[in-house]
Amino acid sequence: MTVLTILFDGVAYGMLLFVLACGLSVTMGLMNFVNLAHGAFAMAGGYACVILVNKSGLPFFAALPLAFLAAALIGFVLERLLYRHLYGRTHLDQVLFTIGLVFMAVTAMDYWMGSQQVFIQIPEYLRSQIDVFGVGIGRYRLMIIVICGLLTIALQLILAKTRFGSRLRAAVDDARAANGLGINVNQVFALTFAFGSGLAGLGGALGAEILGLDPYFPLKFMIYFLIVVSVGGTSTITGPFLASLLLGIGDVAGKYYVPKLGAFVIYAMMIVLLLWRPNGLFGRSAAR
Amino acid sequence: MFSAPALAQETVKIGLIVPMTGGQASTGKQIDNAIKLYMQQNGATVAGKKIEVILKDDAALPDNTKRLAQELIVNDKVNIIAGFGVTPAALAAAPLATQAKVPQIVMAAGTSIITEKSPYIARTSFTLPQSATVIGDWAVKNGIQKVAVLVSDYAPGVDALASFKEHFEGGGGKIVEEIKVPLANPDFAPFLQRMKDSKPDAMFVFVPAGQGGNFMKQFVERGLDKTGIKVIGPGDVVDDDLLNNMGDAALGIVTAHIYSAAHPSAKNKEFVAAYEKAYGNRPGFMAVGGYDGIHLIYEALKKTGGKADGDSLIAAMKGMAWESPRGPISIDPETRDIVQNVYIRKVEKRDGQLYNVEFATFGPIKDPGKIKK
Repeated sequence: MTVLTILFDGVAYGMLLFVLACGLSVTMGLMNFVNLAHGAFAMAGGYACVILVNKSGLPFFAALPLAFLAAALIGFVLERLLYRHLYGRTHLDQVLFTIGLVFMAVTAMDYWMGSQQVFIQIPEYLRSQIDVFGVGIGRYRLMIIVICGLLTIALQLILAKTRFGSRLRAAVDDARAANGLGINVNQVFALTFAFGSGLAGLGGALGAEILGLDPYFPLKFMIYFLIVVSVGGTSTITGPFLASLLLGIGDVAGKYYVPKLGAFVIYAMMIVLLLWRPNGLFGRSAAR
Repeated sequence: MFSAPALAQETVKIGLIVPMTGGQASTGKQIDNAIKLYMQQNGATVAGKKIEVILKDDAALPDNTKRLAQELIVNDKVNIIAGFGVTPAALAAAPLATQAKVPQIVMAAGTSIITEKSPYIARTSFTLPQSATVIGDWAVKNGIQKVAVLVSDYAPGVDALASFKEHFEGGGGKIVEEIKVPLANPDFAPFLQRMKDSKPDAMFVFVPAGQGGNFMKQFVERGLDKTGIKVIGPGDVVDDDLLNNMGDAALGIVTAHIYSAAHPSAKNKEFVAAYEKAYGNRPGFMAVGGYDGIHLIYEALKKTGGKADGDSLIAAMKGMAWESPRGPISIDPETRDIVQNVYIRKVEKRDGQLYNVEFATFGPIKDPGKIKK
């Protein structure tokens, strides 16, 4: 039965990674912008949630959407002020700019909130485990799976079925033609960026309980986001989703079954997968 | 031209290198606070010399520590370097202490080997073998037969594991699971699950102060609090600094450690009250390491009559003994390491707050890591 517990923990961890990273795959894959500061938005969401719950006494489930909005708002403002000037620049410029932002975010948070780990007060009923036919199901992790699952479906629908989704895809494929057709490319990009940042913020809020939260969060988890996006490829949502699940399960199972190799399993998986499919699991070989 | 060096000798400069930012910042803040408190209580002049502390933040990165120590010794001409939040930082500065013959007072780092790296190092914190051996002995004597071990995979963790294992297995106990988790480990879940499945009587846990809270949360999330599996370990997991944030999950954890804010001596009550009044929170073991470190420097200066060269100071420090807020302590004249009591404590609630309440005393204990040699 332990196998199922491990599988469950792995799925929950993978789902969490997906919500944290999928915003990055949207900006990187669809908008072709390398945003290494993605984790800073996750951290912002995490801290927003912690402050709302611990200090203002808001219920956890009310704080989650607010964490999304807070990170989205910060994303929107920064996109309008800073990011949009770098859309046309080389990837190196974008990397240098965003990594600078990460360091600023880390220092600002350290100054403002202190460098110690903060603990979010989640409701009592989410704290324990339930036993389903001998399989230990953590309530909090179950909630993560439900929320993230619904989110994934919604995301897929938005991109594939809505007017906004098709506008976004058009704006990405050929910004000039899309502009000519009356699509406000600027606006589409700003909203997409804000949405991606919001998702990161939601991931940070959900993850605070499991991953811990301190000002070094964006640096600590940058590598995980990048692994998800590079293994999953950036042209779809399904790619990063399956990659997250695979990596989450692999990471948890690796730590359980071969604790001596511990954290190395996730890197080994990445190397093998990338040797096999250099453009990611679902990457098109003819990507831009 | 001749008066300049004479004037310079009026001041004894201490270069304090501690992490004030980053994950270990609470260590640096506690030490800095405690030193300031001591200097307020005892004045800033000893044996006719004015004491000046120059605080530098190394963020617990050894590269920084080395550079800052160099600057302090060469440019600021400090007489003593002190602090050192983590083992790699203490080790990075050791060759400089030897070369410049400047005493290095280690106030936090806890790996056994540190004091062997320079004849100018003296330590006022603790070593992990001191507490890990005591809890190992205590566990076998108190009906704990099977233990699963989880330690962070770095020098202090390895020290803690080795010392615990030797004493626990030596006493007839059995270690059923042994896990070293990466230091930057985001999720304890799979490791905890493995420990749970090995069905031990107790878990021996060492993670650096700061990760303890996260560990205990996941301990409860996994339902381990309902299995009757006890948590034991050296006291870092339940640092006074964090204990209250950990919530009731921490109740009942039994640890061996050198200091608790609830230590029932008059000296400690006075210390805790003064610290709480000055800084609004209670002191942890790092604060005591700093408080005793500055005391050691003051007393050594008194003994040398204000002579502040490295050889005189270190000679004066050897064998020095005094009553600290943690109890009686002394500096071993051979190893320059601290000799002290180790207390077994249990987390209990008092006046709505969580405390490590001491119930057994072992000691005085020299660092077992060195006795072996």
